[in-house]
Order: sequence, then structure tokens, then C-alpha cells
Amino acid sequence: MSFINYSAREINCKIVYYGPGLGGKTTNLQFIYNKTNPDLKGKMISLATETERTLFFDFLPIALGEIRGFKIRFHLYTVPGQVFYDASRKLILKGVDGVVFVADSQEERMEANLESVDNLRENLVERGYDLDTMPYVVQYNKRDLPEVVSVDEMRRQLNPRRVSDFEACATTGQGVFESLKESARLVLRDLKKKSG
Amino acid sequence: MIDTLVIQDEDYREILDAIERLARHVRAKGVFLIEKNGQLIADAGEMYGLDTTSLASLAAGNVAATAGLAKLIGEDDFPTHFHQGQHDHLHMTVIGGRFILLVVFDDRTSLGLVRLRVRKSSGQLAQIFEDVLKRADGGAGALDEITEADIDKLFSD
Repeated sequence: MSFINYSAREINCKIVYYGPGLGGKTTNLQFIYNKTNPDLKGKMISLATETERTLFFDFLPIALGEIRGFKIRFHLYTVPGQVFYDASRKLILKGVDGVVFVADSQEERMEANLESVDNLRENLVERGYDLDTMPYVVQYNKRDLPEVVSVDEMRRQLNPRRVSDFEACATTGQGVFESLKESARLVLRDLKKKSG
Repeated sequence: MIDTLVIQDEDYREILDAIERLARHVRAKGVFLIEKNGQLIADAGEMYGLDTTSLASLAAGNVAATAGLAKLIGEDDFPTHFHQGQHDHLHMTVIGGRFILLVVFDDRTSLGLVRLRVRKSSGQLAQIFEDVLKRADGGAGALDEITEADIDKLFSD
């Protein structure tokens, strides 16, 4: 749910990074954090286990600029990818404006990708959202690793709606800002459409 | 479900009045009004320089997780939360099912007084938000001015 504050002339939106465990959601946020001008970002919060697995969520607030005097701010969240943290994933989807699905391109993770997309769809329905109509971007991460599934095959299995998708390597930053910008653009367009 | 929460100038002033009054009456260090999804709406008090964005996000996460626990044991929600620190303490109340009123206080005041005044302010704030949500326009005013070209321009490098 976006929040428009006329007094502060701000539009605030929420994007959630979703996907299977160890797929690179936190790495996406870390890259964005490291490469963003300090004036445009807040503190990155990671609620993680001792082994640096996401326990509840990562959170990063960033400013993307101004449109007609309104500051455009996005709150980026990741969910914990491990299967047994489903209750937490449901909580984080509350009020979501857009989703970036971070898929793991390795062959042995395709089943986990598919399971995670199904889980996303179900959890969105519980919150009253429809994955087929909401702002949604797919990222094929870890393209630098050996034994990856072809992009065509990943697209066929994970992106039947043919939403915007990006090849990525979150550790080097390839595709990271592209995915974020496209997601933010879709969220703002959707916001405008709903208001009209 | 209303997708967009829109706070107009006059709403904001009313909200600010209410939480500033609360901060004064309970001698709170800080009073924060947070949307349950983690957006800070307004704050009052003396906690200058505090990272209020993080505070709002973590408070919302805390309230959401506790509500999840409540449901597991058959409760609807735990609408009031209290965290006791060595010097500073935190009191959180859910208002109208959608907002969190968070008070940070120390030993200049008492939990009893905070509870009492928060209850009173909650009623006032719930009424303000009922009005805000009733006349919600989905942000049409602000978003009418924005064109597709403006959005594209924001993302052009």
C-alpha cells in the first residue's frame, strides 16, 4: 500500500524481493545499498540468523528522485527464502506495491524456483492481490555460475506472463538496478492507473 | 481495501497536534505514528536524529509478528505491546486495526500514565483516520499531475 503525504510532498511505495533461499535477494539489496549515494538511502536493516540467513526480513529505504515536487521514496524488503519461514513471508507481503522475483539460475534450484513462485502466488491471494495483474518483475540471478538453465527455459517455466525480466549477477551488480528501476516504474504507473 | 493512504495537510496538522499533546502530557521522549505496513506518518518529541524510517519498519515488523503469534494461539491480535529497557521503554498500541502509536518514555513518567493517555489519544486519532479513509481519493490529486513521461524521466540515466 503506497502512502502519499501532501504535507511532506512524498510518495512512498513498497517493493518486496521474493524467491527461493540463497537465491540472492539480500545480495540485491546489499548491492543497491553499497552503490547508492548516502544522501539517497537510509540504513539497511538485516534481521538474520547467526549464519547470515535472512530470519525475518532485510529492509532498505531509498529515494529515487522527485516528480513534480513530490519526493519518490521506495521501501525495499526481502523475505526469508527458506521454505519453513512461510508465516514471515506472508507478513512481509502486507501492503506490497510491487514484487521482484529473484530466481536462482542453477539447474538444481529450478524446483525451488517453481515452488517459490507458487508460494508467492498463494500468499498474495491470501492478501487480496493477484500476481497476474500486479507490478511484477523477474530476475534470473547467478548467470555467472556454471550449469545454469538457459534464459529461454527459465522464462518458459517461471515467467509465462512475460513480464519484464533481467539476467543478473547480484554479486557484481549486473541486472540489479535494472530490475529495481523497472519494478519502481511499474509501481508508479500502477499507482497512477488506480487513482485515475 | 484502500490501496493508497493519502494524508492531506490539514489531516497531518490534526495528527501532529494530537501526538504533540500526548508527548507533552506523558513527558514522552518520542511519540511516533506508524502505518502498519511500516511507513512513518508523523512524529513528535525530543528524539532528534533518530533513524525514524528504521524505527517505523521494525515496529511494524514487531507488531505483525506478534499478531501472527496471537492468531496461532487463537487470539485476534495483541493490540498493546510494552518493552521494558534499563532506561527507556517502548509502548505500542494498534489503532483502528491499521496504525501503530508508539511511545518512547523513560523514568520521568510512569507506564500507568502512558497507558491512560495513550487510550485517550487513540480514540482521537482513530476518529481522524476514519475521516481520512472515508474521503480517500486514492491519491488522485497528486497523481493527476504526474504523467507517464515524468515517470520515465525519473528512470532515464
